[in-house]
Amino acid sequence: MEFFRIKRDLPFMRYARTTVFVSLVLFAAAVAALVARGLNLNVDFTGGTVIELQFKAATPASAIRRLLVTHHYRHARVENYGTASKVLIRLPTRATKGKALAVRVLRLVSAHYPGTNLRSVEYVGPEVGSELADQGALALLFVALGITIYLTVRFEWRFAVGAIVATIHDVVIVLGVFAFFHISFSLTVLAAVLAVLGYSVNDTVVVFDRIRENFRRMRTGTTAEIIDSAITRTLSRTVMTHLLTQMMVLSMLFLGGPVLFGFALAMTIGIVVGTYGSVLVASPIVMWLGLKREDLVARKAAAERP
Amino acid sequence: MNQYPWWKNAFIGLIVVLGLIYALPNLYGDNPAVEIQATHGARVNDATVARVRRLLAAAHLPYKHIGRVAKGVQVRFRRAGVQMRARDLIGQKLGPGFHTALALAPADPSWLRALGARPMYLGLDLRGGVHFLLRVDMHAALHKALVEDTRALRRALRHRHIRYREARLTKTGVVKLRFRNAAQTHEARRLMTQRFTDLAVTSGSHNPNTLRAVMTPAAIAARQHYALEQNLTALRRRVNELGVAAPVIQQEGQSRIVVELPGVEDIARAKEILGRTATLEIHMVDSKNSLATAVSNGAPPGTRIYDNRHGQPILLYDRVLYSGDDITNASAGVDPQTGQPVVNITLNGRGAAINARVTRRNVGQRMAVVYVEVQSHLKRNDQGVPIRGPDGRRERVTRKIERVITAPVIREALGGSFQITGIGSVRQARNLSLLLRAGALAAPVSIIAERTVGPSLGAANITRGFYATLFGFLAIAVFITVYYRTFGVLAAIALATNVVLLVAVLSVLQATLTLPGIAGIALTVGMAIDANVLIFERIREELRNKNSPQAAIATGFDKAMGTIVDSNMTTFIAGLALFWLGSGSVRGFAVTLCLGILTSLFSAIVVTRALVNAVYGRRRRLARVDI
Repeated sequence: MEFFRIKRDLPFMRYARTTVFVSLVLFAAAVAALVARGLNLNVDFTGGTVIELQFKAATPASAIRRLLVTHHYRHARVENYGTASKVLIRLPTRATKGKALAVRVLRLVSAHYPGTNLRSVEYVGPEVGSELADQGALALLFVALGITIYLTVRFEWRFAVGAIVATIHDVVIVLGVFAFFHISFSLTVLAAVLAVLGYSVNDTVVVFDRIRENFRRMRTGTTAEIIDSAITRTLSRTVMTHLLTQMMVLSMLFLGGPVLFGFALAMTIGIVVGTYGSVLVASPIVMWLGLKREDLVARKAAAERP
Repeated sequence: MNQYPWWKNAFIGLIVVLGLIYALPNLYGDNPAVEIQATHGARVNDATVARVRRLLAAAHLPYKHIGRVAKGVQVRFRRAGVQMRARDLIGQKLGPGFHTALALAPADPSWLRALGARPMYLGLDLRGGVHFLLRVDMHAALHKALVEDTRALRRALRHRHIRYREARLTKTGVVKLRFRNAAQTHEARRLMTQRFTDLAVTSGSHNPNTLRAVMTPAAIAARQHYALEQNLTALRRRVNELGVAAPVIQQEGQSRIVVELPGVEDIARAKEILGRTATLEIHMVDSKNSLATAVSNGAPPGTRIYDNRHGQPILLYDRVLYSGDDITNASAGVDPQTGQPVVNITLNGRGAAINARVTRRNVGQRMAVVYVEVQSHLKRNDQGVPIRGPDGRRERVTRKIERVITAPVIREALGGSFQITGIGSVRQARNLSLLLRAGALAAPVSIIAERTVGPSLGAANITRGFYATLFGFLAIAVFITVYYRTFGVLAAIALATNVVLLVAVLSVLQATLTLPGIAGIALTVGMAIDANVLIFERIREELRNKNSPQAAIATGFDKAMGTIVDSNMTTFIAGLALFWLGSGSVRGFAVTLCLGILTSLFSAIVVTRALVNAVYGRRRRLARVDI
C-alpha cells in the first residue's frame, strides 16, 4: 500500500506566500488569545486548595464529585484517601480564598452527608507556582537555544533560523489553543509543549536534510525547485510518521484519563501544527533568507558523511 | 549480501533476552497488603492468622494470600480499596495490642530478584502518597550561628582579658562591640581577624572604640549549606522512623527540600514528624533536695521536676550543661564486660570541655539526658478550620515536651566521648543513638507546598496509562503492517523490542515511573517508528530508481541513518533541558524521553536491520521485496 505515488514534484514554494500568510494569521490569533484570555494555569502554577473530609461512613469519591460538579465546582478532583470514609477534594483557586471556600464546600457536602468533618485545608504555595512558571519559560528558551546551535553547526545558520521560527510558531499556536478554550494548563502540559518543540524541530530537520542532499545531488534547478523536490520526496514519510505518532497520542487522549488529557491534547495540536510548520513555514523562510547552492556545496568536503 | 556476522546477531539476541529478563519484574507489580504486628502484651501466632481470616471472610473481603512474615502477619490483596477496608476492619476488631499498617508487597518471583531484576519504582502519582516541599528557614539558621559566634567571642575576649563594655548581637545580624580604649579595641580586632574568620570586622563609624562584625558571604554560604545538609540528614532519619518504604528526600535549590512519602496515608502524622524540632539537653540530677518534698511542695529554686519515660518524676537542675548540638556522633553497642546495651557518644570541643569539667567534680552523682521537643500545631476553631491572625497568617500553638530519657550515675571523669548505660534493651539503645545522631533540625522548616495522591487514583492512573500505550501500540502495529507489509511486521517487532528495552533500562536504573513517564514511553513508541518510516521510504525510493532489492535495502538503511541521528538529536536536546529544569513528574517524562530515543535508535536501526537480513539477506538473487 502506498498513499503517495507522486510523479512530478509538487510546487509548494509557489504558494509559499499563501501558506506563510495562513500561519501568520493563526500565529496572530494565538497571540491575541494569549494576551486577551491568558493561560488557564492550574494548581501547579497558581497554588490551590486541598480539602480533606471525614465522613461518618464509607463514601465513594464519585458521589462527592458528582455533588460538587453540579454545584459549580467544575474543576474539583475528588478521591478517597487513607480510609474509605475519608475524601480529599482539590480545587484550583486564583486568590487565597481557601478558608471561605473550604467552609462553603463543607456546608454543601454536610447538607447531603450529615456529620461530615473537615479534617484539613491545605494550599499549594503561590511562590512555588510562579517559580515553576519561570523555570518552564527558561526551559523553553534553553531548548530553542540548544537546537539553534546544533542546527547551525550541523547545517547552516539559515536552517537554524527557519527551524526555530517554525518551532516557535508551533509552540505559540498550541499555547494559543489552550488559552482560547481555557483548557487547564498544568506542569504535564508544559512538558508536552516542550516535547512538541523537540518533535517539531525533528520533523523540520528531516526536510532540511533532504534539501541539503538535493543541493548536492541536483546540478540544475532553482532553490525553490530543489526545496519542492525535497518536500515532495519526504511527504510520504512526513504524513506516515505523523499519522502513526498521532495514533499513539489519540490513544492517550481518549484512554489516558484526566491527567494525561492535557498532555495528549497539546501533543495532538502540536503534531498537526508542527507538520504544517515544518513543511510550509520553515522551508519558505530558508528560501527567503537567500539560501544558495554555494552555501552548502562549499561545505561539501567538510560536511560529507562517508 | 545483506548479512550481519554471526557475533553481531548473537549480540543483538543477547541484548533482547537481557531486556526481556530485566523488564519482566514490572509485570508482577506490587500487591497492596496489610501488616499486623503485635505491640505490647499481645503475640502474633497462628491463632491470629485464623482470626484475621475469619474476619475477612465474614466481611466478604477477598484476599490473595495470608501468612506469617518476619514481623507479624501479612495479608495481600488484589485491590487497594479492599486493602483499606480490611485495614479499618482488622484495626477495629482485633483490638488493642495489635498494630495494623498498610504496605506494598512485591509480587515478583524470587529467581528474578536473585538476578538483580527489580521493577521500576512507581512515582507518587501512580502509587499514591504525599509530596512535601519544605523551605528551610535560613534566616533562623544564620541567626543561630551568630548567637553561637557571639557567645564564643565573649568567652574568647574574657579569656584574653580584653574587657568589653558591650558585646551584643542586633536583630539585623550585626555583632556590636564596645571597648574602653583604643589598645583593647585593637587587640580585640586582632583576635577576631585571627580566630573568628567567619566574621568580617569593621570599625564603628562614630566611636573609634567600637567594632562591628557581620558574617562574611563565604561564611553565610557555608552556614546555609551546613544547615541544609544537616536538615537533610535529620529528615532522612525521621522518615526512617516513620517506616515508609522507599522515601525520597532531596535537596532542591538553595534552601528547599523535597520529601516524598509513597503510600503514606496519615498526612497529619507525617507532617508532625517532619516538622518536629527535637533536641537533647544534659542536666545534672539534684540529689540534695528530696524528690518527695519537691513533688508535694513544688520544686526548690534552680530546679525543676521532669518526668522520665515511665512517667515517674525526677528532680533536675535548671541549668543546661550542653545540648544535642554539641553531640557529633552517637552509636549503639554492647558493653563487652557486662553485656549490657550502651550508647557511645562523641562530643565536639565545647561539649567535651564542659563534660570534662562537670564530670570531674560530680563523680557518683547522676546526670540526666532530657529529650526536648517543640510541637507546633495549627490553631483551629470548633469546626476544625484554622484560625487566622490579623495579618492573614494561620496562627499556630506550640507545645513543649520534655522527657528524661536516661539518668545514669557518673562513674568517672569523662571527656569528649563516653557511654550511656542503663538503657534497658538493645532496641532502645539503637533508638536513642538514632535520636542523638539525627538531632535537631539545624533550622526550622515550613511546608510550602504539599501534594497528595490517593492510592485509588494511583491505581487508576496506572491502568489508564497502560491501556493508552497498549492500544496506541496495537494501532501503530496494524497500520504499518498494512502499509509496509513484511517490513511493517518486522518494524512492529522492533518496536516491541524498543518498549521492552526501554522498560528494562528504566528498571535497571531504578528510575521512577510517573504518569508523564508513561506518556514519555508512549511518545517514544510513536517517535521510534519515525526511524523505520524514514528507512522504508528510502528503500522504496531506491527500488523506484530501479536498484536491485538487496542494494536498495543497504542504501536505504545507510542514507536514512544521518537523517535519523540529526532529527533525534534535536528531540534529545529538548529532553535534556526538561530534565535539567524540570522537577518531579516532568523529570520522569524527560528521563523516559531521552532513554527512549537511545533505545529506539538501537531497535529501529540495528534490530530492524537484523530482522530484515534474516528474512531477505541470504538470498543472492532476490526478485522483489515485500514493502
